[in-house]
Amino acid sequence: MLKYTSTEFKSDQEVKWCPGCGNYAILAAVQKALPEVAEEHGYEKERFIFVSGIGCSSRFPYYVNTYGFHGIHGRASAIATGVKVANPKLSVWQITGDGDALAIGGNHFIHAIRRNIDLNIILFDNQIYGLTKGQYSPTSRLGTVTKTSPFGTVEHPFVPGEIVLGARGTFFARTLDVDVKLTTECLIASARHDGTSVTTVLQNCVIFNDGTHKAYAARDAREEHTIILRHGEPMIYGKNRDKGLVIDHENLRLKSVKIGENSITEKDILVHNMENPNPGIHMMLVNMKFPDLPVALGVIRAVKDSTYNENVCEQLERSRQHPTYHNVDELLNSGVTWEI
Amino acid sequence: MEKQLIETDAAVIRFSGDSGDGMQLTGTLFADTAAFAGTGISTFPDFPAEIRAPQGTVAGVSGFQVHVGCGEIKTPGDFCDVLIAMNPAALKSNARWTKATTTIIVDADCFTTRDIEKAGLKSDDVFAELGLSDRHIVYAPISSLTRECLASFELDNKTKTRSKNMFALGICFYLYNLSTDYAEKYFEGRFKKKPQFIEPNRLVLKSGYNYAANIQAIPNTYRIKVSHPEKGKYRNITGNQAAAWGLIAASEKSGLSLFCGSYPITPATTILEELAARKDLGVTTLQVEDEIAGICTAIGASYAGNLAVTTTSGPGLSLKSEALGLAVMAELPLVIIDVQRGGPSTGLPTKPEQADLAQALWGRNGECPLIVMAALSPADCFEKAFTAAKLAVEHMTPVILLSDGFIANGSEPWKIPRMADFPQITPPIVPEGVEKYMPYERDTLRLARRWAIPGKKGLEHRIGGLEKDFIKGSPTIDPDNHQKMVSVRAEKIARAANYIPEQTIIGQASGELLVVGWGGTYGHLFTAVRQMQAEGKSLSLAQFAHINPMPKNTEQIFDGFRKIIVCELNSGQFANYLRMQFPNFKYLQYNKVQGLPFTVGELIERFNDELKITIFDF
Repeated sequence: MLKYTSTEFKSDQEVKWCPGCGNYAILAAVQKALPEVAEEHGYEKERFIFVSGIGCSSRFPYYVNTYGFHGIHGRASAIATGVKVANPKLSVWQITGDGDALAIGGNHFIHAIRRNIDLNIILFDNQIYGLTKGQYSPTSRLGTVTKTSPFGTVEHPFVPGEIVLGARGTFFARTLDVDVKLTTECLIASARHDGTSVTTVLQNCVIFNDGTHKAYAARDAREEHTIILRHGEPMIYGKNRDKGLVIDHENLRLKSVKIGENSITEKDILVHNMENPNPGIHMMLVNMKFPDLPVALGVIRAVKDSTYNENVCEQLERSRQHPTYHNVDELLNSGVTWEI
Repeated sequence: MEKQLIETDAAVIRFSGDSGDGMQLTGTLFADTAAFAGTGISTFPDFPAEIRAPQGTVAGVSGFQVHVGCGEIKTPGDFCDVLIAMNPAALKSNARWTKATTTIIVDADCFTTRDIEKAGLKSDDVFAELGLSDRHIVYAPISSLTRECLASFELDNKTKTRSKNMFALGICFYLYNLSTDYAEKYFEGRFKKKPQFIEPNRLVLKSGYNYAANIQAIPNTYRIKVSHPEKGKYRNITGNQAAAWGLIAASEKSGLSLFCGSYPITPATTILEELAARKDLGVTTLQVEDEIAGICTAIGASYAGNLAVTTTSGPGLSLKSEALGLAVMAELPLVIIDVQRGGPSTGLPTKPEQADLAQALWGRNGECPLIVMAALSPADCFEKAFTAAKLAVEHMTPVILLSDGFIANGSEPWKIPRMADFPQITPPIVPEGVEKYMPYERDTLRLARRWAIPGKKGLEHRIGGLEKDFIKGSPTIDPDNHQKMVSVRAEKIARAANYIPEQTIIGQASGELLVVGWGGTYGHLFTAVRQMQAEGKSLSLAQFAHINPMPKNTEQIFDGFRKIIVCELNSGQFANYLRMQFPNFKYLQYNKVQGLPFTVGELIERFNDELKITIFDF
């Protein structure tokens, strides 16, 4: 029996997302994950804080009955960094979107990851700007027609996982808004990870970009076109669990093979190791694209490393134990002084 | 030949050379020695934006001016009595700071044709070319004499030559009858880990001293009359050091941990450096990815219950504007120190200006009031940083404290205060166990909301940049509520006037001319006004530190004078602000925007003009 139920993490605010928005499922997953996280780590409810930037997703903190701070566009990582360093006991969650984290807030996002500060970042990726009513985002596919790209976009999209790994990220997970169970699982893993964890949720904007993830996220397509990675298990997927991933040595890339064909057995299939410090395979996994390869889901990378908040605290602690000055009076009287 | 010893009230010495010549250290050692001997001092480092511009060029000249004297020395002085110029470039760029009676001491070894060409001078007679022929010039072969006196040391020539600044310092010590003891002690501390450098430096310093004693080119020596300031223990302090320490003091007095999120920017960086060294006093500093992250990490830290600050200069304040609005909306305590420099854009990074006032007052979207203050002098940065933090915390608002490149890098002796004499700072923190915490309920006096620190049971709440419900703090677009919130945010700042000191006047409370200034021009305005008062002129000074809100007696002060002249290092931003605040007065202006402080001379000239015109009015 858990100490908290998801009801206790629901605020009194009316949720104002569009009917059918993928955010509802993410909110449900978060409210399901939090009681588990509280139980696992012995956290009281008041230890949780949600920080966000601007965008549809960033209204999120108002709907969770914890401490919450709704910041300004792109700056959530910086605000959350300040919160965590100032009050390291807090379990800090950052809610952001593809525009907030990867366009206007790109700088803060990569530097938070580089520092490996213990934030749980949930990045809602719907490949569109929703709150401003339908302009392309940094993850929109090349050629996407939107109000600001009536002839199709002419720029290449970011792959969020690639940025996370490029910024030396220690944790990256990917999930689908519609898969509440997997999202919950990823969030619990994120809370377990010390350091910056980024969980990308492939989310549907029902109004401005409906069906953008449909090809692989739809119920009937999911098993054939996504793969849920689990640490220590072979990378097998498909309705009949008969497909797997191997390294195509000739081209140094991942390749999908059929088990049982060309004398391939389960033993030939790669085994997922999320703790591999070398990001090589992780990079290949995050870059797998529909329709050639299944879209990788689950916890792709979770590598232990020292965290920024711990390092900051440790330096503070060491200085306090061996202080040069014990108080301000001592400081003011330090160095060269003279009496008149 | 017996040299004559002349008693003098004050002297201004300007050390100048290549940025690698160690002029900042030389000037600092001279100033500290003089202060130690009991004279008043004021210093001003004048360095280039380039770290090491090509050697021998005007772009690479670094200067340090020291004003020593008895009485209230509040400026580094206008023109110098002695100019040390280590090369032709230094001579060229500092010629304008000499006067007819200036003694110019040059390193004769560095005045070769090539050196002269590098400085962009044409003729061999550089003194004539620069219009300095009538000055008293001392040609001293400083470099070669330095190498000569180190002949017996096993050091390479480059290392030997590098200590030539100590030779120059020795000359100045002799000239002003100052002992070399202080500097010698300094060498012992500085080279504790490289003791082989102690003796050479000492020897060069002494050689410079003896050289000056032996040459006929220096006919007189001077003794600065010792001033008799208030009894007590003193130290030297720069503005940025004082600002950092003032914040730490506020942390101690409030019981809140100090947090500084910042990004290096000239001339504010040394505040961050000073704070970064003070982890022993519980200071957390984050050098973050940009100016915006500086203020946003601070806002996060403030929400989480720290005394949060961010430090910057003009262009950085521009970048922080949006986040400042967030802090105003979230009504969180935050101190922003803006060490102003010449603008717009990158402008003059190492030069002082007061042109960020309008930005500090209004540079945000929406109706976005906050407290604006200014520090008056290097040492005053301590008290003002402390007060800024106290107001921020007790009134739950961001406070911008304006400093400038002149007082930030300048130094003055400071009577060390005792922390016991400073007031407590009382943050309006909500205790655990309070039922139904309403984030935007206010106290009736200050109108400050209460601060609920994350991690405390039962106080979970959500705030942010959207307009807030007047009590609950939840987002709302209700028109009447918005009107009410705009008014209450303005009223909260206006009411801070009840918690700041009344404006003081230097001089009589009434008279012909009121000189009005704000912030770091205090030293020059004070000196000019005092000098004229001593001559019997009818003028007084009101130097403002509280800009928004203004002291409650401001109008009353203005009433006492026939004329008001507002002096500032911009094109009239404070004058225009006063025209809005108190439209019943006529404001004359004296403005200067050259990346330089005022000179006392130019101020006196202008004030005399105004007083003369007054007489003709009758």
